[in-house]
Amino acid sequence: MSLALSTQIINLLAAILLLIAFAMISQRRILSLINLFALQGLILTVSTCVVAYSTAQHHLYYSAALTLLLKVLMLPWLLHRLIRKLNIKWDVETLINIPTTMLAGIVLVIFAFDLAAPISQLSESVTRGLIGIALASVLLSLLMMLTRRKAVSQVVGFLSLENGLFFAATSATHGMPLVVELGIALDVLVATFIFGIFFFQIRETFDSLDISHMETLKDD
Amino acid sequence: MENINLALAVVFQLCQSLLVVALAPLLTGWVGQCRAWLQNRSGPGVLQPYRTLHKLFLKEALLADNASPLFRVTPYILFGCMWLAAAIIPIIAVDLPFSQAADVIALVGVFALARVFIALAAMDIGTSFGSMGARREMLVSFLAEPALLMVFFTSSLISHSTQLPHIVEAFSHHAFVLYPSLAFASIAFLMIMLAENARIPVDNPATHLELTMIHEAMILEYSARHLALIEWASSLKLFAYMTIGFALFFPYGIAEVGNWGALPLAIVALLLKLTLAGAGLAGLETILAKMRIFRVPEFLGTAFLLAVLGLLIHFLLGA
Repeated sequence: MSLALSTQIINLLAAILLLIAFAMISQRRILSLINLFALQGLILTVSTCVVAYSTAQHHLYYSAALTLLLKVLMLPWLLHRLIRKLNIKWDVETLINIPTTMLAGIVLVIFAFDLAAPISQLSESVTRGLIGIALASVLLSLLMMLTRRKAVSQVVGFLSLENGLFFAATSATHGMPLVVELGIALDVLVATFIFGIFFFQIRETFDSLDISHMETLKDD
Repeated sequence: MENINLALAVVFQLCQSLLVVALAPLLTGWVGQCRAWLQNRSGPGVLQPYRTLHKLFLKEALLADNASPLFRVTPYILFGCMWLAAAIIPIIAVDLPFSQAADVIALVGVFALARVFIALAAMDIGTSFGSMGARREMLVSFLAEPALLMVFFTSSLISHSTQLPHIVEAFSHHAFVLYPSLAFASIAFLMIMLAENARIPVDNPATHLELTMIHEAMILEYSARHLALIEWASSLKLFAYMTIGFALFFPYGIAEVGNWGALPLAIVALLLKLTLAGAGLAGLETILAKMRIFRVPEFLGTAFLLAVLGLLIHFLLGA
């Protein structure tokens, strides 16, 4: 029964993760976007802990702690600092309007679930149904990167894409080796630093973070 | 034995129907009172809707010169539809004779019937406000209805039945299971309930400001007993939606037919749930701001999305 209950909890957390992915797509404000990203990290931490507890794999606790430290505290703090320095709080511009994006999101979810169905039959862990959800949140993050015009929200999309991949790893294979996880975590951290520097460069050159300005580069 | 059972069921049905009609204005009053408290006002008291109804019933009904018979019968049809809907829902007991008559899809149809008539009556007089209100009401409801159906489908898939009594039995008599799909469906249902009952993020029931009203714009031409019936029907609708919510997502404490002992407990449970839900609704209405009308499609689109996600998650996780 305790196994069944933990599966239920993981399923619920997975559903919340998907919900957060949709909330991020429909979010207009960049501040709330970052808060949602932090919340996604928190859900990921809890779900990793539950998987670690139910399968008695202690190394997963380390990756849960790493997730908490990096994705709930460090990265949101960095992003908050960045947008404070860049003084951009409200401007999130979407290329397609939000209801259309959400409809596209539903189509992506159906596609991901269909795609994941044969993969999850190969896996034998209790949480194999979750690969579809993880894949869906990866695709939704990609969709967010595609439909957003500002650089900051694209970066949040990239980071939440990594969250989706991490969730796929924990749910399908009970986590990657710790070395790989450490490497990825470091990569993401460094990437965020570099993105931050990029933001400043982009703004200095174009007086705006709108990446559509970059399209004019090739003309001159 | 058969006859006795049938008679018992009919008595239960009568009990429930009368209780609902008597309690519905109280619920509206309670929500209004909670809102008043949250806004630091003393409030009119929970009995205010009864006083309003009494006052309206004593007044002389005035009709516009060009009002057709449709305008006159609409309040009665509206009240009848809402009362019928409330009779179908297992509010205090499952397996009522009426509840066999219609499943959840027919229930949506009953609500739609009432909506068509109120919209036609609003356009009947030919004032611009009436037509505007009818148009907006149709905009809101045509977006809310598919979402509501999706919520019902999610519950029906889990319980393998579209009959509300079976859904209630399936959920209340099994071991507690966490259903992520139902969590999604319940949020979607809450959003639909706010939209369909003209509550705050979509429409403000207390306003007569011309640019924002939806429901009030449709009933501007009504007076006296007609208006009283429409107000009463709105209370019944809110009551019906709340009890549908309880039946789908929190079906504990509903008695079975013939079990007289469980009846007081069922009524107490119902009152408790309604008190909490009413206070919750008032709280929600206080913290939310009224949306622009053009944001409503997005709001209801989100409700539809949540309901569809619930359905998909049910298929994927089987829960």
